[in-house]
Parts: sequence; C-alpha cells; structure tokens
Amino acid sequence: MKREFPLLITAGVGLFMILSFFVPHEIVSVPADFLQQCAIIVVAFGYVLGGANVLKLNADQVYRRTPGWPYKLVLVASLIATVAIGLVEGRGFLNPGMRSKWIYDNLYAPMSATMFAMLAFYIASAAFRAFRIRTVEAGLLAAAALIVMLGRVPIGHVLTSWLPAPLQLPAVQDWVMEVPQNAAKRAILIGAALGVMATGLRVILGIERSYLSGKD
Amino acid sequence: MNPTHDLSIWIGALLTLCVLSFLYRDNPFYKFAEHLFVGVSAGYYIVLNFWTVIVPNLWDPLSRSFAGQGVNAARTGMFAAELGDYRGWLVIPGLLGVLLFSRFFARVSWLSRWSLAVIIGVYAGIKTTGFAQGDFVAQVQSSLVPLWTGQVASSLNALIFTVGLITSLLFFFYSREHKGALGAASRLGIFFLMVSFGAGYGYTVMSRVSLLIGRFQFLLHDWLGMR
Amino acid sequence: MTKFLETLDRRWIFLAMGLLVLLPLMFPLSLPLTVSPRVRAFEAAIARIPDGSTVLMSCDYDPAGIPEMVPMTQTALRQLFDKNCKVVVTCLWNGGPGLVDNVVRGVAAEKHKQDGVDFVNLGFKEGREAVMVLMGQGIANAFPRDYQGRESRSLPIMLHVRDYSSFPLLVNISAGYPGVKEWVQQVQGRFHLPMVAGCTAVSAPEFYPYLQSGQLLGLLGGMAGAAEYEKLRNEKGSATRGMDAQSLAHVFVAICILLGNWVQWRKRREGGS
Repeated sequence: MKREFPLLITAGVGLFMILSFFVPHEIVSVPADFLQQCAIIVVAFGYVLGGANVLKLNADQVYRRTPGWPYKLVLVASLIATVAIGLVEGRGFLNPGMRSKWIYDNLYAPMSATMFAMLAFYIASAAFRAFRIRTVEAGLLAAAALIVMLGRVPIGHVLTSWLPAPLQLPAVQDWVMEVPQNAAKRAILIGAALGVMATGLRVILGIERSYLSGKD
Repeated sequence: MNPTHDLSIWIGALLTLCVLSFLYRDNPFYKFAEHLFVGVSAGYYIVLNFWTVIVPNLWDPLSRSFAGQGVNAARTGMFAAELGDYRGWLVIPGLLGVLLFSRFFARVSWLSRWSLAVIIGVYAGIKTTGFAQGDFVAQVQSSLVPLWTGQVASSLNALIFTVGLITSLLFFFYSREHKGALGAASRLGIFFLMVSFGAGYGYTVMSRVSLLIGRFQFLLHDWLGMR
Repeated sequence: MTKFLETLDRRWIFLAMGLLVLLPLMFPLSLPLTVSPRVRAFEAAIARIPDGSTVLMSCDYDPAGIPEMVPMTQTALRQLFDKNCKVVVTCLWNGGPGLVDNVVRGVAAEKHKQDGVDFVNLGFKEGREAVMVLMGQGIANAFPRDYQGRESRSLPIMLHVRDYSSFPLLVNISAGYPGVKEWVQQVQGRFHLPMVAGCTAVSAPEFYPYLQSGQLLGLLGGMAGAAEYEKLRNEKGSATRGMDAQSLAHVFVAICILLGNWVQWRKRREGGS
C-alpha cells in the first residue's frame, strides 16, 4: 500500500481536475478549488523543505570540514540570517525600509541578474568556437539566425535602407518569423501538446510512476 | 563621473563585479559571491513561501476556523466550508505539507509520497486540459484557414505556412520509416524546423545581450552616476 | 591569421563583447527604431479598453529579467494609468515580488496614483498554474492578503473585483515559466479573458502561433519590443537607450559565427592540400 495508495490519490485527484474543466456545477468546482488550494500549500511547504535540505547538506560539510568549507559557512550563515530576519519582520517583510527588502535589493537582485548576464559572453564565445555550418540544414539555421539577429535591431534597417522596403532586413525578418518560423513552431506546439496530454494521462492512470522514487 | 554615496549600491556593484570576475578565471571573490547568493536565495525562498502562502492561505483561515469563523461571516462552524472558504478542512493540506518533511527520516519517508501524489495529480490534470485546449484545439482550429485570401502575396504566405506546418508535423511521425513521399515531406519539414531554430537562436542572442546591457546600465548609471 | 584565430583565448572574445556593449551606453549612436505590428497591436489592445476599467497585470519575472521586463511593465502601467484604469498586480515568480513592487510604486508615484484605490500589488503566490485556475473562482481566494499583508477583500479597488470576469484585459509580462504559455492555456483558453503579453526575447518566437490564432492580441518581444513600445508612447526609457549596444553586440555575434566558420573552412582546405 506504500506505492498503491499514492497512485490511487494521483488517479482520483487528476481525474477530478480534468472533470472540473468540463463540469461547472459546484459539486465538482468546490472540491476542485479546494484541491488547488491544497496543491499551492503543499508546494509552498516543498520550498521550505528544499531550503532546509540545503541548510542540512552544507551545515554537514562545514561540520566535517570538507574542502571549501569556509564558503559553505558563508552559505549557511547567510541562509540562517535571511530566514531569521525575514521571520522576525513579519508579513510586510518586503516592504520598503525593511532589512529583508535591503537583502533582496542589494544582495539577491544584483547577483541574480549578473549570473544570467554572463551568458552574453558565453554565447559570443560559443558562436565563434562551436557554431559550425557543415550541412544544408545548419546553413539554413545560420541564415535564419543572421537575418533575425540583424533584422530585429536598428542596425538591420541602417544596413539595408537602400533596398526596396520588402527586401530590407526588418521586413525579411518579419516574414521569416511570421511564416516559416511560425509554421514550424505551431507544429512543435501541436506535437508537444499531444505529448503532454499523453504523459498526463499516463501519470494519472498510474502507468508513469517515476515520482514515487525510493525504496518502500 | 559622479559615483553614488549610497553604500547599498556600492555593495550591489561590488558583488556584480565579483560575479563578473569569473570571466577571467575562477577565484575566491566569485566563490564568495556564489555561496552568498545561494544562501540568501534559499533563505529568501523559505521566508517568502512562509509569509505569502503558509500563513495567509493556511494558518490564518485555519486559526479563524477554530473559533467557527471564516471569510463568510454569515456562516459559523469549523467545517462550514463553501467556495473559497475552507476553514477546518485546511487541516488536510497542512498535514500533507508536514508529511513532506518525513523525507528526512528514512523509515517514514514513504509518507511524503502522499503529498507528492496530490501535487502530481492536480498538476497533471490542470496541464492535460490546458495543453489540450490552449495548444492543441485552438492551434489546430486556427490552422484551418483559406489558402486563397484574395491577394497573391498573402495567399502565397498562407500556402507556405500550411506546407510548413504539415511537413513539420510529418517529420515527427515516427510510426513509418521516412522513405518515399513521407521522406521527402519530412525533409522539407526539417528545413522549416531549422529556420525556426535559427530564429530562436537569434532571439536567444538578443535576450542574453539584453541581460548584460542591464547590468552595465546599473554599473554606469546607478553606481558611477554616468548619464 | 588562421592559426591566431584558431588558438584565440576566449577571454579576448569576452573583452570585445564587453566593450561593444559598454561603449554605446557611454557614447550613444541613436540608431533609428521602427515599430513592429505586434507592438502596435499590444498598444492598441490596451487603448481599446474602456477608460477607468480595472485591469489584471501579472508581472512574472525576477531580477534577471530587469532589462527586458521592467521597461515593458513601466510603459504599460503608464498607458493604463493615463486611461485612469485601475490595476491589480500579481507576481507568480518567487524571485520577483520585491522588484515588481519597486516598479509599480515608482510608476504609481509618477502618476500620483493611490495604493489600494487606483492600484494594488497582491504580491506573490506559489503554485503556478494552480494559482491561475484558483483565481478563476475568486481573485481574493488565491490572494487573501496583498503584498503588504493587508486583507485584500477590504481594499477599495478589490470591492468590485470577483474573478476574471471583472477584468476586460489581462496584461502579462513574463520571463519564462510560469508565464505567457500558462496564462494562455489556463486563463485565456478556459476563462476567455482577452490577453496581451510581453516576454523575453528567448521565448518570443514560441508565442507567434498564439498571436496568429488570436489567443494573444499583442506581443512585446524582448528589449527590442520594449524599446519599440517606448517609442510608440513617446518615451525614452532604458530599453531605447540599450538598443545601440544591442545592435553592435548582434553584429559582433554575427561576425563571430562567420569568422569561426571561415577559420574552420581554411583549416580543412589547408589540411586537404
């Protein structure tokens, strides 16, 4: 029953959620609404669990003095400090003037933004070192990439302003995006939708059980 | 150049430079910033979910229900639930949330599967209908457009679009070997797919460069006061 | 030359990229912008809603999306406030509530709008699609308290807001998942709420089918979309100022692709001979 009962829960809840899409009567809509509230609350607990797991793993490494443990100490200390300050400050912990808001604005936000900003450098480096045009297909990919990259920014208009309007880079870029690109993307959307529907039904019917990982 | 006197912005700018220093090579400044970021993020997510979900959506209504009260003042009773006002019934998600923590204890970790089962069931149901309605039915419906629109240019576009859609879909049909007519159609479909991947690459470059522009705007304008 | 390029340390590419982005920000080129039809459609969809309506705006992004998302949010909010629309703001990304609040308050202060009366930031709620569907039964059911911890049902702006039927339009500014796709699937498709969207450039191509099918009434794609929207609204914000740098960076990446392949082609030729 350690595996079968959760499968029954998934099947019952999943089928009920699908039913709620078609049946607006309150005999279905109220329990469905309640189940959604349950999911939101349980997912929130999941984030608390995740944070607690990070704390446990890194505190353990600090205790055992594994290589790089001073950095883990920084991690643990900053985690505990952020949680303590946030819990003490209460509901309006992100209001202007709060210490938690200061942590968010001056520690979290700049580092979060910069981590992703580094990708700009790597995409340029990868364009030079890894983007290889060896086949017709790769050539098409490169041509589309170049047209879109240059046509989407002002320099595309500057470079081709001497051409008739329909042949200028922005116009060609627009056509590429709205006709061939759109067609392929729609095909991918439809194919992916079929895949998700199939996987969703497999999960609900208990055929797909990978979320029940671990020993009984 | 007029650097700011705000210490907070200096701290943000220095942390930004610490992270960017990784571009030269891995170094203690980057490692410090990286671990600080992970610690602050994890702590922030815990506090955020506590004050934005666990307290207002669970604790507040549950504690009011112990006094027989809820959103609808006209109804009294701990389990007198109605749409949006679940009172004592919120014990169920509360219990399921606490059961998630059983994962820390090997002997009872199987209890967390009940919580996961509810989450998986809800999202599998929502996503199945969402994809069916939003991505499948609506997209197929809008693909059934007249090929002749009255104008040559837009009719040609409609034809190219339809050919591209059908051949791209045929590329994903793996129940038969791609030979003969199916092989030719799927090869044409690959060409359309490559155009879409190339366009996606172009937009990805734009997105990544934008992120860097944003950081430099912060350093130049907010930190160094260069406008 | 080929040998030099073949063994080029990637840090020189990093340096070149950095300079090509930095210098136009310090010395603008003011390259001309043209407004695309999708951006005009976004602006027109907002212009069509009755003045004084209450609009739902979901800002689903975090600090990594600042350069693309914040200018779109600011310009859309200004357009809505100029029409005396009331705005109910939500955020479904856990990294976003503080940032979104900063942005909303900044524009509201500029337009002298009152918190709780002309706009409200309902803050963040975990749950992604489940929150979207939950809001369909009652906005206040999903968000019993706002960003500041006030009871949302007691706020003047929320007195006439029940569920999605209370809004003529959804303005979604999103950086990924959950975002435009989920709002289209769960809200536009299920509750038939008209919708416009702003998104990062990386996800914009996949939303073109939604535009063509009418599920989206308008689309802002990336910083370029934000800059075009600013131009349409006669504003000169950070997106417009960033387009010169964007242009040069794109030219650089295009040159990298061509140069990298030229080097490989030369190497194959020399290897063959």
